[in-house]
Amino acid sequence: MDREKVTIICRCNDVTLEDILKAIESGIDDFELLRKKLKIGFGPCQGRGCLVIAARLFARKTGRNLGEIISNYTFRPPLVPIPVKYFTRGGEK
Amino acid sequence: MTSPIDRRIYEHPIITFHRGRKIKFVFEGREVEAYEGESVAVALYAIGIDVFSWSRKLNRPRGPFCMIGKCSSCFMIVNNIPNTRTCILPVQEGLVVERQKGLATPPSKPLEEEVEEVELNPDVLIVGGGPSGLEAASILASNGLEVVVVDEHFKPGGQLLKQTHKFFGNVELFGGQRGFQIAELYIKKLAEYSNIKLLTQTSVYGVFRGGIVAAAGRNKHYIIKPRAVIAATGAQERLIEFPNNDLPGVMGAGGAQTIMNEFGVKPGEKALVVGSGNVGLIVAYQLVQAGVEVKAIVEIMKEIGGWFVHAAKVRRLGIPILTSHTIKYVEGNGRVEKAVVVEVDDKFNPISGTEREFNVDLVLLAVGLEPDTRFHAQAGAVMKYVPELGGLVPIRTRDLETTVSNLYVAGDSSGVEEATTAILEGRIAAYSIISKFTSGSRAQQALEEMEKTLKFLWEEYRSSPLLSRARRGKESVTVSREELLELRSKYPPPVSFG
Repeated sequence: MDREKVTIICRCNDVTLEDILKAIESGIDDFELLRKKLKIGFGPCQGRGCLVIAARLFARKTGRNLGEIISNYTFRPPLVPIPVKYFTRGGEK
Repeated sequence: MTSPIDRRIYEHPIITFHRGRKIKFVFEGREVEAYEGESVAVALYAIGIDVFSWSRKLNRPRGPFCMIGKCSSCFMIVNNIPNTRTCILPVQEGLVVERQKGLATPPSKPLEEEVEEVELNPDVLIVGGGPSGLEAASILASNGLEVVVVDEHFKPGGQLLKQTHKFFGNVELFGGQRGFQIAELYIKKLAEYSNIKLLTQTSVYGVFRGGIVAAAGRNKHYIIKPRAVIAATGAQERLIEFPNNDLPGVMGAGGAQTIMNEFGVKPGEKALVVGSGNVGLIVAYQLVQAGVEVKAIVEIMKEIGGWFVHAAKVRRLGIPILTSHTIKYVEGNGRVEKAVVVEVDDKFNPISGTEREFNVDLVLLAVGLEPDTRFHAQAGAVMKYVPELGGLVPIRTRDLETTVSNLYVAGDSSGVEEATTAILEGRIAAYSIISKFTSGSRAQQALEEMEKTLKFLWEEYRSSPLLSRARRGKESVTVSREELLELRSKYPPPVSFG
């Protein structure tokens, strides 16, 4: 068993521990870049499972401060998955 | 067709499960039976469906994980709509449910449901109908304020619904009652007020310019412009990294509590619990009550994390608690069949040769909770990462107002503690708002009640050495009114309420 290949960090987008470690080794030294490259937290759960684990891994590997990494995160709407039907009635009223 | 597998619990030492009438729906071409009041995810799990979906890139099977609408593991295609959170969708006659294999395709036919636009202008919007939100709602309403409570679940009560242990403390704080009974009391109490609008199965999805909060659910789209908001949005369970940590059978401890305590369905046959904090200890005890064999609790630290009273209960049941141990990996074909644990040294590194195998079908992660503070952060509240509180939480005054004017935080989203503090915080936020929005003796009385509650919370309740860690955390994010105003002008939030 290749441990890192089957250790899942982001369940929504299937980002593995291996993906994250490789990306950091390749020279990514900014957490936002890492997120954007791997789409960590871009799935429908909006990072509720993965964000903190990914940030903790990144902090450990790069020596950055976990609190700073997390505090700079931006949470955009929608906060949760919403069916498109709620947004399709534009132009009236 | 009736399924040969039935995981429903019919006899339980402390809970009687009142099941509703039988409901039939279609799952992947066959008719299945459920009971009214069950969620689609639970109804399927009850008849032996372990795999809820196959992941979008790696095609890995996924099963129940959080069961409260926070993760994405239970997404299915329901009546042609993909990515539906089936854990917070009640079963209904005639639903057509299919599992997702990989990335879902958009619906193939146009939607016929009409969505109604609704504008609401309450005095107070409460996001989250857990202990904090419900306590706040009842106090605000009894003081004549117009309240809207929004909750994603189809039944209010939040995580009280799955708490089966008796609460400590005095009667006024529900001492001696079990969590799910407290939820029932709140539901009854709230029904007495015509000035509370309770929107279940509805999700707040964003905060917008001008202090507008948007929500959607039950074919209604809400534009809400409140004078104040209490965001009591709770917490979500933590994941940890180990090989096959996404295999069905690996669940959040809370997810399993929802399945067995709220819905009366057995989450597995043989379990391993990871983490010996109060949640891990309590869930082990509850698993035994539900008829599940608990093989062991593993704890990475040298000492048990939870309270002695809970640990003693678990020990009396003969469940070993393995300290200085962690989970190494799990294996199984479509579901956990084996878990391997390993001893760790002083630096938490695994000691090779100390591996132990457990034949289990359930691995529960009780490794902590993380406040769900996305709403507060999006509104522009100044946030701080506080490990003692489980993660990112808003800076607040002692009466729980954040740097966004009239946005309050309460309950686990203000920093993870437990239900009693959640109730007390909901009460504090409510009285603070009443003292601002009313005048004369009512406002004066609210201030007095608020001070009384604050005094009890900080000087009595949180003075227990058992709560010192959380207390330290909360102290580190509580600022004076002057400091709050300074932060507000230094980091002006994009929105304000009131």
